Amino acid sequence: MEIIISNSSGKPIYEQIASQIKCQIMEGKLSPGESLPSMRGLAKDLHISVITVQRAYEDLTRDGFIETVSGKGSFVSGQNQEFIREERLRAAEELLQKVAEIGRANGIGYPQMAEILRLFYED
Amino acid sequence: MEDSILVQGLCKKFDGFALKDVSFRVPQGRIVGFIGENGAGKSTTIRLILNQLKKDSGQIRLLGQDHTQPEVRAEIGVAFDSCNFHEVFTALDVERMLSSLYPHWDKTLYRQYLRRFSIPEKQKIGSFSKGMKMKLSIVSAMAHRPKLLILDESTTGLDPVVRDEILDLFLEFIQEEDRSIFFSSHITSDIEKIADYVVLIHQGRIVFDEEKDNLLYRYGILKCGKERFSALDVKDYLVHRSTKVCEECLVRDKEAIGRKYRELVVDNAGLEDIMLFYAKGESSWAD
Repeated sequence: MEIIISNSSGKPIYEQIASQIKCQIMEGKLSPGESLPSMRGLAKDLHISVITVQRAYEDLTRDGFIETVSGKGSFVSGQNQEFIREERLRAAEELLQKVAEIGRANGIGYPQMAEILRLFYED
Repeated sequence: MEDSILVQGLCKKFDGFALKDVSFRVPQGRIVGFIGENGAGKSTTIRLILNQLKKDSGQIRLLGQDHTQPEVRAEIGVAFDSCNFHEVFTALDVERMLSSLYPHWDKTLYRQYLRRFSIPEKQKIGSFSKGMKMKLSIVSAMAHRPKLLILDESTTGLDPVVRDEILDLFLEFIQEEDRSIFFSSHITSDIEKIADYVVLIHQGRIVFDEEKDNLLYRYGILKCGKERFSALDVKDYLVHRSTKVCEECLVRDKEAIGRKYRELVVDNAGLEDIMLFYAKGESSWAD
């Protein structure tokens, strides 16, 4: 597993860890059942505090990407296909919301926007 | 979870200086950084914890026991800002001395540490460089496999390369979940890297005991002109300081403040900034 922390990105380190692991799960680089480094081990490797890693793992657990078995460690969740779909749908909704805002603000009607989307789909 | 260190209502009065109602905790499995300017009370607090100074009042528990219990000492490793071993001793003499004091002394581990940090075994400590002495005092505090490590400014005199090696050593130590570290330093970057919690002391009082990530990601510095400053709500900031050209305020939640005062600059605050604000600024709260 690769984690690259940027100290100048302005994004909290726990978010960077969570989003990079998420990404690797979604891209299939980490597969269901695969074990993740221990929180303390990862903290040591990244030279950061344990609590920061713990927070990232808690977020990933909450979002269903990983499961933590006490005494055994953390693993990539088995049913993450569904979650990946959910996650992507949410991302798409966000973008579409922006589209709607731009449309409304500039007098571009729904039929015209929908037509554009349809064309993209047929591409 | 049990606290490795629990300090409650600790008081100690000297001529011209007093620790007042000091309370904080070091949870098991965590690294807690203790910051404050020179003379703020860091070393006094540590010496009270170790019972090298007698407290006036308050409670101190170490690993679940009262800190005056002699048994507790075997579970604790301590290093100070200078090497307390006699100059004519060698690293092996130190081992002979400490292994008779600590029943769990791990000879193999100690020799590994000596090799790892290139500390000569048979050379007199008097001929060591300052960095070498500090490294020796840190590793000799760890070779009896303590559950709690207490360090007072132990990384301060070291160069960045050695400090980094020591941080590695600390993170290695903490791989076992029942171990904890409490270390004071005025080099806030070390604490910024590896501490889980930060305790700030100023003029003998604890200013805060907070999760480090909260400090780094939520605290901020609001900057504005004199006129704008006088119109700010005093509840919006913790401490403020003036420069010739602008007013700066430490705020607890930079995002909320950024939303409230959209036209003003809100910067990130590092631990060093936060410490400086308390050391030099004027608080908005009345003492």
